[in-house]
Amino acid sequence: MTIVLNGEPRALQDGTTVADLLRALEVGERGVAVAVDAEVVPRGAWESFVVGDGAHVEVVHAVQGG
Amino acid sequence: MRIGDRDFGSRLILGTGGFPRLETLAAAVRESGTEMVTVALRRIDPGARGSLVDVLEDCGVAVLPNTAGCYTARDAVLTARLAREAFATDWVKLEVIGDERTLLPDAPELLVAAEELVADGFTVLPYTTDDPVLARRLEDAGCAAVMPLGSPIGSGHGINNPYNLRLIVEQASVPVILDAGVGTASDAALAMELGCDAVLCASAISRAQDPVAMARAIRLAVAAGLLARGAGRIARRTYAQASTPEEGTPEFVHPSDPARPLA
Repeated sequence: MTIVLNGEPRALQDGTTVADLLRALEVGERGVAVAVDAEVVPRGAWESFVVGDGAHVEVVHAVQGG
Repeated sequence: MRIGDRDFGSRLILGTGGFPRLETLAAAVRESGTEMVTVALRRIDPGARGSLVDVLEDCGVAVLPNTAGCYTARDAVLTARLAREAFATDWVKLEVIGDERTLLPDAPELLVAAEELVADGFTVLPYTTDDPVLARRLEDAGCAAVMPLGSPIGSGHGINNPYNLRLIVEQASVPVILDAGVGTASDAALAMELGCDAVLCASAISRAQDPVAMARAIRLAVAAGLLARGAGRIARRTYAQASTPEEGTPEFVHPSDPARPLA
């Protein structure tokens, strides 16, 4: 299946959770947040939240600003 | 100074945008004496150098996430909720921009976003225009502070409308933080003299030729402005008022002067 990760298409195996995705991206958990289809996925749900086919996933972190 | 449920010793909030290097940012944060700095949320960049969050934690400052880049209440609310997840804070510098060129706030969207975030338990610090009525509406909506601009973000024009700023300060019962427009130390001093409770400043420091020196200058200016306000400035007059007494001024008689009889 294919998702859109931060604006780019990405192939994923069925059943991939948000936590799996973050591990694959080698992103630390600190200062990171995830939205799927414009809804926040709370940290506590990362291990159980399965990313569906065609999902729009945004993974964000802190940058300098403001 | 108290904002929401938190007391601050420093009346300077630093924006982290625009610093060329994290080392310079850290040095400026320390020199500024600030206790809270803004950060933004963006898509992860695997090639990013160093961790901003680690650097700020080393500096011992609180993080105030912003919603920079949002043009609608909907996006700003979602960004604030992402920030709450990322930083475990329910504080947010709420920005909803209405125009790309001036980066001026979109008043109706800002108010909608503020109401929604307050209802969701956020401590909302809205970046707003210098409109006293909008400032009052934001306060009524439950914002913990109001943050009027002095002039557009990054413009360095200082305070374009001191009259409006004074009106906002006069009516507000939450802290008023001058946000945006500061170009140099005197702008920050003026904000405090006009009655602001604090100053938020990014570009003036981060894009100065020597950011660390400017951080110190603006810290001192904020303190000086506050002190001057407490000291009470003199009234403005149309004409001069001598500061030296006229009484006892000597009268010089030169040998060439016509002789005058002694009085």
